[in-house]
Amino acid sequence: MGERFVAAARLLPDYLGQHVLLSAAALGLGFLISLPLVVVASRNARIRWPVLGFASIVQTVPSLALLALFYPLLLAISTLWQHLFGYGFSALGFLPSLLALTLYSMLPILRNGVTGLTNLDPAVIEAARGVGMTNRQRLLRIELPLAAPVLMAGVRTAAVWVIGGATLSTPVGQTSLGNYIFSGLQVEDWVSVLFGCLAAVALALIADQLLGLIEIGVATRRPKVAWMGLGVLLAGVGAAGVGSLAAAGEAAYIVGAKNFAEQYILSAVMADRIRTEGSAATARVDLGSVIAFRALASNGIDAYVDYSGTVWTTIMNRRDSLPRQQMLQEMTTRLRKDHGVVLLGALGFENAYALAMRRERAEQLGIRTIADLSQHAPQLRIGGDFEFFARSEWQALRDRYDLRFREQRQFQPTFLYKAVASKEVDVISAASSDGRIRAYDLVVLEDPEQVIPPYDAIVLLSPARAADPVLRKALQPLVGAVPIDLMRQANYMVDRDSGRISPSQAAHWLEDQLHLK
Amino acid sequence: MRVHHALVEANSIHCRPDPHRSVHRMIAFEGVSKSFDEGRDFAVRDVSFSVASRAFVALVGDSGSGKTTLLKMINRLIEPDQGTVKVAGESVQAMAGYSLRRKIGYVFQGIGLFPHMSVGENIGITPLLLGWPQADIDARTGELIDLVELPRSYLARMPSELSGGQRQRVGVARALAARPSIMLMDEPFGALDPVTRDTLGSEYRRLHDNMGLTTVMVTHDVMEAVLLGDRIIVVRQGEIVADGEPHELFNAHHPDAGVRALMDMPRRQAERVRILMQERTARG
Repeated sequence: MGERFVAAARLLPDYLGQHVLLSAAALGLGFLISLPLVVVASRNARIRWPVLGFASIVQTVPSLALLALFYPLLLAISTLWQHLFGYGFSALGFLPSLLALTLYSMLPILRNGVTGLTNLDPAVIEAARGVGMTNRQRLLRIELPLAAPVLMAGVRTAAVWVIGGATLSTPVGQTSLGNYIFSGLQVEDWVSVLFGCLAAVALALIADQLLGLIEIGVATRRPKVAWMGLGVLLAGVGAAGVGSLAAAGEAAYIVGAKNFAEQYILSAVMADRIRTEGSAATARVDLGSVIAFRALASNGIDAYVDYSGTVWTTIMNRRDSLPRQQMLQEMTTRLRKDHGVVLLGALGFENAYALAMRRERAEQLGIRTIADLSQHAPQLRIGGDFEFFARSEWQALRDRYDLRFREQRQFQPTFLYKAVASKEVDVISAASSDGRIRAYDLVVLEDPEQVIPPYDAIVLLSPARAADPVLRKALQPLVGAVPIDLMRQANYMVDRDSGRISPSQAAHWLEDQLHLK
Repeated sequence: MRVHHALVEANSIHCRPDPHRSVHRMIAFEGVSKSFDEGRDFAVRDVSFSVASRAFVALVGDSGSGKTTLLKMINRLIEPDQGTVKVAGESVQAMAGYSLRRKIGYVFQGIGLFPHMSVGENIGITPLLLGWPQADIDARTGELIDLVELPRSYLARMPSELSGGQRQRVGVARALAARPSIMLMDEPFGALDPVTRDTLGSEYRRLHDNMGLTTVMVTHDVMEAVLLGDRIIVVRQGEIVADGEPHELFNAHHPDAGVRALMDMPRRQAERVRILMQERTARG
């Protein structure tokens, strides 16, 4: 408990700093875009309803979906940009998070601003015209100052929403306090989850209070109070910037990771290897499966571990299956040609999608292979991770073995194993390198028709780092060096229920076993 | 210098319109019409009249008669559909609405003091918009707070700290700040209690005379019009139905029955007061 708390606290300057910077940028941008819209919309009823309507619709989109949608949009724009101007930009991380949260912040500012400006005392407006103010003078001297308290209340609401929403930017590759929550959820580190929640809540409360100070200062016409609130707020943002810069150091290399224990461990091992070669490295974790590859292809990250079957089906869109070596060879060529990505080599173990059942249940029904499963499927329930049922492997399995289950449910990988162990579901999509298969006494069903392609763990390098000597020197020793049993053990150390250790501790253990230190 | 100016103003007390000094037509309406529903109904229909410099004209009529529309066309808060409104011989369209309004004082029932500005800032707003130096603005607001008979300490107060009558005193001071020669007043004292209303009305009449102003005041209260105005214009359904000095409208044989009915009320009130006064004298 204490140890994990310390581990979480050590990450705080980086996570909090980036969270603050992202939230402040989104709120600031949202305010700057909203203010002219507020003025135009309050003076013209025909524009008012479309503007407020659009903002309301944006608000009803779940914030995670909004973040997710900005990624492909930016990717398309970046690709176009690349074609037109010869250079692209990262569609991952800060930019999509900033844009989504900016949109998200606009509704309360727009709504309060328009309410504030349209509900002013008509006599005051008539007097402003009567004394000879121009439209601009009326706006700046009378309308905005009088509507400012209501507008500021909207900014406060927006700030709380943005700070909460920013925790969801982790899956699109932006570091935030959400990293505590997403990683903690993956490896069942509730200290980390709680730490992230409390930090986000505290941040929202503090920001709300400081903005409240500005609001009071504006409402009661005490400029000193307003300036004090603004000053402390800006000082906080500045400190966050310095903090996150200091934490980031000059990370020369960024190693990516998807959102499960094995990926956390391997990214930590790779970052350690780069540091051993004398360069700074940092890990960017919790990337979505395809997002990780896109990030690599656009040089957003420098290296990560993927699985041959995943790349084969989701990136290369192949439906056929080739023998292992042939597949790796073809993949090496195609990735290089189509994406400029280098396949450095396979680590030496496989982490395949597999179907698993409790041993007792499988024996009771006499199921050994997926083919045996088809006749029992209508009485059984299957659980999968969030990707599984959308993947072509599942479609291929379902069609080839004619699988029609009674019920189909989705779980976080963490809860997936618990769900099958507690008999909530009968069959799950499991990863063959997962330590929990043995721990929960599950059996992996055979795939007699070899529908599922090989899933060798492979190291991929970004186009920009294709020939980077440091990176190659650091990562080459891992190729062919990681056996399945060691990987399973390391995974289990992070995933098990009691006596769990952190991914970086597991990485150190693995490095010891591999004599890499 | 300013003290001297104020003394000159004070010396001209009770000075009624001076034909030798006046621009004959300070304000002129020439065939002016206005409709708010694209010509189905007219708020103002083909109205022509003029107001001499230094005159105090009361526009009287029921609500919806068009009197406020007429008033607001003078400072372009409302634009006419047809015809021309002239101020000092020039069409009001010749200059931007806001610069026209900086030259014309405007006081209305809603008062509309700016709640986030002090009394002093409210009074000094038009001079500020005109770019006066701050020292001149301060001197002028001091003069004006004296003129409307409020203590100087009130300059630092906020409008919310004032009574209704005090607020309208500030409203009048604000309208006078940039030394306009024309004052437009739309039911200026309509929301005040009768005593305050009477006091403010007669005080304003004195200011009007002292400063040589030209005033057009809209009111639905005939008594107020009779007591303050040199000339009364009766408006009904967008047209002028009577126009004359108060004593002319009291003529029992006025051709318009509406005007006769309108003037009957002050006549009856005055009659009743006269009888009461006689009784008091007889008993005393």
